[in-house]
Amino acid sequence: MEGLAFYALCYLAAAVLAVIVSQRVGLGSVVGYIAAGVLIGPVFQISVAGSGYLEQFSEFGIVMMLFLIGLEIDPQMVWRLRDKLLGLGGLQVVGTIGAITAAGIGLGFTSQQSLLFGFVAALSSTAIVLQTLEEKGLLKSDGGQASFAVLLFQDLAVIPMLACIPLIAGSGQGDSAGHGGTALLTDLPGWASAVLTLAAVGVVVAAAHYLSRPIFRTIALLGLREVFTAAALLVVVGITVLMSAVGLSPALGAFLGGVVLANSEFKHELQNDIEPFKGLLLGLFFMTIGAKIDPEILLANWSTVVTATFGLMVIKALVLLPLAWFFRVRGPAGWLFALGLAQAGEFGFVLLTIGGDRGLLSPTTVSVSVLIITSSMVLTPVLFALSNRIVIMLEKRGRNQRRADQPDQGTVILAGVGRFGQIVNRMLLANGYKPVVLDYRADVVDNVRKFGVKSFFGDAGRPDLLDSAGLAHAALLVVAIDDPDRATEIVAYARRSNPDIQIIVRAYDRLHHYKLLDAGADHIVREMFDGSVQAAGMALESLGMHPYEVEKRKAVFVEQDTAGLARMAKLVDVDTPAASNPDFVAGFNDIGKVIENAMMGYRSGYDEMVARGWNAPDAGSIHVPKSAGIDLPS
Amino acid sequence: MRVLVLFAHPAQRKSSINTAMATAARALKGVTFVDLYAEYPRFSIDVDREQRRLMENDVIVFQFPVFWYSTPALLKQWQDLVLEYGFAYGPQGKKLGGKQTLACVTTGGSKSDYSDNGGNRRAVEHFMYPLEQTATLCGMDYLPPFVLYSANHLDDESAQHHIRSYPQLLTALRDDRLDLARVRTLPTFGSSELNDLMRN
Repeated sequence: MEGLAFYALCYLAAAVLAVIVSQRVGLGSVVGYIAAGVLIGPVFQISVAGSGYLEQFSEFGIVMMLFLIGLEIDPQMVWRLRDKLLGLGGLQVVGTIGAITAAGIGLGFTSQQSLLFGFVAALSSTAIVLQTLEEKGLLKSDGGQASFAVLLFQDLAVIPMLACIPLIAGSGQGDSAGHGGTALLTDLPGWASAVLTLAAVGVVVAAAHYLSRPIFRTIALLGLREVFTAAALLVVVGITVLMSAVGLSPALGAFLGGVVLANSEFKHELQNDIEPFKGLLLGLFFMTIGAKIDPEILLANWSTVVTATFGLMVIKALVLLPLAWFFRVRGPAGWLFALGLAQAGEFGFVLLTIGGDRGLLSPTTVSVSVLIITSSMVLTPVLFALSNRIVIMLEKRGRNQRRADQPDQGTVILAGVGRFGQIVNRMLLANGYKPVVLDYRADVVDNVRKFGVKSFFGDAGRPDLLDSAGLAHAALLVVAIDDPDRATEIVAYARRSNPDIQIIVRAYDRLHHYKLLDAGADHIVREMFDGSVQAAGMALESLGMHPYEVEKRKAVFVEQDTAGLARMAKLVDVDTPAASNPDFVAGFNDIGKVIENAMMGYRSGYDEMVARGWNAPDAGSIHVPKSAGIDLPS
Repeated sequence: MRVLVLFAHPAQRKSSINTAMATAARALKGVTFVDLYAEYPRFSIDVDREQRRLMENDVIVFQFPVFWYSTPALLKQWQDLVLEYGFAYGPQGKKLGGKQTLACVTTGGSKSDYSDNGGNRRAVEHFMYPLEQTATLCGMDYLPPFVLYSANHLDDESAQHHIRSYPQLLTALRDDRLDLARVRTLPTFGSSELNDLMRN
């Protein structure tokens, strides 16, 4: 216990420190974790004894990452990107493998080793590149979309690569991500193991498709969040165990499970629950990589590392650039694409680790390769800066007239689709806007989905859910939930994290109106106000008032009330109940006087305001000069 | 003849002559009376319904007070929306061809205000010209307007006379008893001329 606590302390402290520094410097978290590993391993010699089981544990991070990648796959988007995904991604992977393998053989490595290097180099860093593109708002640009498609293809290509390494190494069974598969099937004849393997995949797909929804919905209706989290983890761990049992890659299984669940209304909730575990375990994985770096090897081979890093990035960029041009990703977008993807990625570590375990590479070669990958990842921000420079140069030379990279387009988020939100939703849809809908009632989400609306289960008050719905780049947020305090929190959070977003919010009453104003809402709709005014208007009409007269009276009433609301704002202290705030009461009485007088029967201001317009000049009194005889209403 | 009265008045007070005229017209058999401001208080006009009503009638009467030498806002909106291309005009249009149109207006200014030397510098029919041309373009038969001058300065008797004559005019149109040939020779006509313009 003491030992575990001590390890936890060291790992967490190193991780927190190194990641903060690395993020601040703009290198991203992956580099930070590797640096933390270096601190723990070579520098302080802490990890030497107990890193074995941690390493196994950390590989869950890879499984979860593939699960999340699977979840992210939106069939429509994949279809839209199909050319780039298969053509650009496929040619990039094949081209880079070819070039690097040739280079490896030329440098005197065996063909097997060179092929492994090719695999490693063909992959770019999904984690770093996507994060950077997102931060710069370039993900939806031409270059960003092309990068995304290629990264997606690479992530998929990892799976056959993992399966290939044992074949290249020439030793049988593949327990790729190293979970020590129980190899249940070794005693069975070939056909039986094939059937069992297929059956296992079938079980994953069928269970994810048919079982998960009712189970998740039941849990969601219970309202126990931690049980939902436990269920989400259970899905991933269950897949891992099943896949290991039949000797398949757990990563592949998790990816499949993710794809099947991608279309589920629980997608965002699952993402949010798995994400922190994935992040930490992946961090742990990177730390174990860093911990294995041997400083002596680094010192002995620094010139090799520098040359190889440079060579790797140049070769990757040289493969990417003409491909981009061929696929009509040209100009600034092409440079962003080619330079942004020129580093090696985190999956390279996995491949190298397995290659080392299989005896394909010597420990020294693995260490040097890890260093090369790491340095190329560390240099990613430099690559992005370089592409930016080139773009500026291109624009100066005026070769590109149009703005090539449009940042994210505006989107609409609708929080809450109850009685209020569904009207908003229907009108937005009717006018061609497709909001992302969030609601915390699974049955409501279910119903809305039946009408083909993109809706997700989850508590809109949770910042992470808002974030994953695209808050940072959304143009408009409509808060239509009925819980006043939560609505205020959402508005405040949204305003903080996206200063430019338009926020329309449903207010419970006048006081809530002021709280929302304080929280940064742009437009506030009192939930009962318009409906009540309608009813009052119908009452007047039923009593015999002319419909147009009713319309005028409603308009003046609403104007007066709204103006009063605005004038009252400075008298309001949101922390004191309205009735016990003397200023508020006094002001309310004063401003409401016009309307209230009318109600009490003293028809002073209101009637005059309504009657203004279409008044005939009063016969006999001083009015328009007779000679003019201007025709005002008679 | 089927008669349609399209009445446009945004401020229908009890004291208003137009309101009294409307009440009288509403009670007539064989006359379809429409209070546009009551049916479309929010100005969202049901174009199909309005076009259907036009098709179902032979005489279209616009009843309104003259505001700033023109129709009230909603009646202008009605013209803009209902008299569509392909319905009221254009090669495939002219569905209103041959229908009679008549404007029954009240003015604040007196007859002398509405003269070359008066404050308004033109006779009232000149200010009806947009309506006249609209009707003409739609192939309709535009009749000279039925006018009540000085509507705000009337003594009770003249007011009552005009209010009584209005349903008489509408029934005469309905029963085809108005001497249209003689009406067309006049620039405008009023309640005092009405008896002479009727056929027996």
